[in-house]
Amino acid sequence: MAERPEDLNLPNAVITRIIKEALPDGVNISKEARSAISRAASVFVLYATSCANNFAMKGKRKTLNAGDVLSAMEEMEFQRFMVPLKESLEVYRREQKGKKEARKDKDKKADSEEQDKSREEDNDDDDERMEEEEPNEEEEVDN
Amino acid sequence: AEMAARLSENRLVSLPLSRIRVIMKSSPEVSSINQDALFLTAKATELFVQYLASYSYKHGRGKEKNALTYTDLSHTAEECETFQFLADILPKKILASKYLKMLEKEKQDGEVGEDDEEDEEDEDETVG
Repeated sequence: MAERPEDLNLPNAVITRIIKEALPDGVNISKEARSAISRAASVFVLYATSCANNFAMKGKRKTLNAGDVLSAMEEMEFQRFMVPLKESLEVYRREQKGKKEARKDKDKKADSEEQDKSREEDNDDDDERMEEEEPNEEEEVDN
Repeated sequence: AEMAARLSENRLVSLPLSRIRVIMKSSPEVSSINQDALFLTAKATELFVQYLASYSYKHGRGKEKNALTYTDLSHTAEECETFQFLADILPKKILASKYLKMLEKEKQDGEVGEDDEEDEEDEDETVG
């Protein structure tokens, strides 16, 4: 799939909010700084992905998994992220499990048309919930 | 731990996973990404944004105390090893006039000019 340049950027509003959460109240962020951080974040994703992929390849796997990403963080010297990442992952897994069970129940009840939600394992089908509030800052690409 | 994992609006992650996925897949060697890995990458990116912003603000030598500027960020990329991978995309800026002077000096001396400290960011045309 061909990516347009804007697809490799992250939504400005979200980036701005995350930055504001990290700084003391009342501190301004220049537009240039915000844009630079956004680019840095995209570069971070690429770097982390490449690093994680090396771990996957070492393990002779074609699918990147959680362990690969965690190993990548350590390799990139972001050990400080390990604890918050692991905690978040636990919460995330529980949430996903809860959703799956809720869907199973729904399936049992209604045989009729249900929205096609889950496809393959590694699809980000649960995105919709997380993206709900961004009102078209940029066109979202939905898989 | 659950409380800590959530952001101020009680979400687990704010960055859209689908967009993160697009960026990850733009890497040619990557075949597939499992859901947990996608989530972790998004979350790590948020932590990274916060770390970059707060670090740059704390260590910025910029004159502005109540703002985070581009200069603060490019200082961080140059001086902090952890952020050195950003050096190419956050280059220091210098005034065009200074750059031209540097070039001239290089011609005259036959030496490599030293990096000048950058100045104001906006009005003047800058060279990266």
